[in-house]
Amino acid sequence: MAILQVRNVSKRFGGLQALNDVNLSVEEGTVHAIIGPNGAGKSTLLNCFVGRLIPDTGTVMFDGKSLLGIKPHEINQIGVSRVFQTPEIFGDLSLLENVMIPTFAHRDGAFKVNWWNRADRESDIQDHAEEILQEIGLYEKRHEIADAMSRGDKRRLEMAMCLSQDPKLLLLDEPTAGMSRADTNATIDLLKRLGETRGLTKVIIEHDMHVVFSLASYISVLAQGTVIAGNTPELIKGDPKVKEAYLGTEAE
Amino acid sequence: MFGLNRSDTLLLIFVALLTMLAPFFLNPFPEGSSLAQFNGGYPDLMQRFVIFGIFAIGFNILFGLTGYLSFGHAAFLGIGSYAAIWMMKLLTMNVIPAIILSVIVAGVFSLFVGYISLRRSGIYFSILTLAFAQMSYALAYSVLTPITGGETGLQPKLSDPRILDTMLGGGGDATRANLFGLEMGKSWQMDWNGWVFTFNTGYYVAAVVMLIAFYLSIRIFRSPFGLMLRAIKTNQNRLNYTGVNTKPYTLAAFVISGMYAGLAGGLLVAMDTQVGPERMFWTASGEVVLMTILGGVGTLIGPVLGAGLIKYMENILSKINEGLLETWFAFMPDTAGDVVVTVLALFTGKGWHLTLGLIFMLVVVFLPGGLVGGLVQGGRRMFRSRDGKATRETKSNQTPPTSTPAE
Repeated sequence: MAILQVRNVSKRFGGLQALNDVNLSVEEGTVHAIIGPNGAGKSTLLNCFVGRLIPDTGTVMFDGKSLLGIKPHEINQIGVSRVFQTPEIFGDLSLLENVMIPTFAHRDGAFKVNWWNRADRESDIQDHAEEILQEIGLYEKRHEIADAMSRGDKRRLEMAMCLSQDPKLLLLDEPTAGMSRADTNATIDLLKRLGETRGLTKVIIEHDMHVVFSLASYISVLAQGTVIAGNTPELIKGDPKVKEAYLGTEAE
Repeated sequence: MFGLNRSDTLLLIFVALLTMLAPFFLNPFPEGSSLAQFNGGYPDLMQRFVIFGIFAIGFNILFGLTGYLSFGHAAFLGIGSYAAIWMMKLLTMNVIPAIILSVIVAGVFSLFVGYISLRRSGIYFSILTLAFAQMSYALAYSVLTPITGGETGLQPKLSDPRILDTMLGGGGDATRANLFGLEMGKSWQMDWNGWVFTFNTGYYVAAVVMLIAFYLSIRIFRSPFGLMLRAIKTNQNRLNYTGVNTKPYTLAAFVISGMYAGLAGGLLVAMDTQVGPERMFWTASGEVVLMTILGGVGTLIGPVLGAGLIKYMENILSKINEGLLETWFAFMPDTAGDVVVTVLALFTGKGWHLTLGLIFMLVVVFLPGGLVGGLVQGGRRMFRSRDGKATRETKSNQTPPTSTPAE
């Protein structure tokens, strides 16, 4: 069953047609990679999923509900979490607090004035956050300040924050951008492990083909704002249209 | 104790001792000695310490936790004061209803101001709050003269109705604030070998209110609500994508800090039954920003210390005039003495703001965490050098979450 349905989505910024009649559907439990050259509209598309942008035309349905016109926090509350291209974390807070916040948001909803209890006495939240940090391998550093972490750790922390909410759909925007080969491989292993233990549906935007072919079960290729191909990794590899989009046509 | 962890409990006890014993240690110099003018232990000033402490504690809940810098908080203080004085005029000279109403009115007004101002963030938010405060000042100064008394302000008069007091037979002086008959202005003096200590009813009432306000602010700081507010300061964007609606959180923080300001305004009237529009002037809003930054933004006790420091300087430093300086430096040769006096005179008396500015600059440049931040840093450095270099690494790994606001 398709958990995310994108139908005829178009978005124009002034004279630039960023997205042109995009159609795709993400099946539950799969890892769906969206690839394409620079400026193909990958990030614009992702922004349409989380309420940062509203497409000019078309629909985006998640789990039977439209995602258009509702606020980012509402989209998160119905089960969509996002990992950003540059890690968006709470830099001044400890790793544990970083994970506790989304856990609170998951338990208490979008707004609750819980001002009398002590945050460090909310044992269910605390335990859950520690469990997630353990799973992601940051438990030992839980009392350190997030800003002091390496870039790879920051990104793992952001993933931990998203996982703590037990999302139905995880959106990853270039999860290995700017990482060393070793960090990239560690991230791939982590995402694979999460796929096995949780069976989480993921949408990954990625440049690095090594990452894409290690993880994806389905690949959509975006070029100039349109989906030019969508298939399993094996078949995408041999698709002439994809080669053309990446390498360009021969001069005529 | 009180549902606080060990260090917070100790801090609360420390502040309680500080306020309860203030009449003693604020008067360290014997009466009549040449240093007696540095004594801060007289009722009027001590009341200001704790009342502006409340104001700064509340301001810190907004500025210290969410990072939203309001430049209009004096408006809520002023509104609280006007509400309190009307309660005294119409109902009773007992301070309880006055204080309660001042908190409620300031809360409602801050809900309105906050709802509009919080549509913007950063500098635009600050400017909006400043605009609201200046409008309130202008309204109180001229337009609303029938309600606010205009330039002269308001004071209880013998001719006021005071419905409750007349109903109950009107005991006590009709124009003096009291707490169930206990007069706010009453003081009791203790003489001890030349030292004079003054214990004032009003001060102790205000001090108890401040302790409660301080305790509540610790609860807020340590709660999940406080954690969300700190998350807003760090990365509001992430918080939105984390499923949290940040708008009502900032508004709640704004209203809470507005209510603290109203409480301070009500207490000011309870201590000294008069109010004028200058209480809402923008310099008063700026002062609470200075207090919070001087003491340490986002720390628990910092704002209280900052408020104390500024009020002390305002009242003590401004009393030192040229004549006094001349007597101090009479021992110096004439010309040298004259030079010293001329220079120092710039920084004292009416020029005390110059000293405040210098201190503020020094703190901001050299102690970015304010006085408390500096103390914590200094303490940590001492702690480390005592442990020696060998254990430094392990120590720093064991330090508890450094992100929790320092004492």
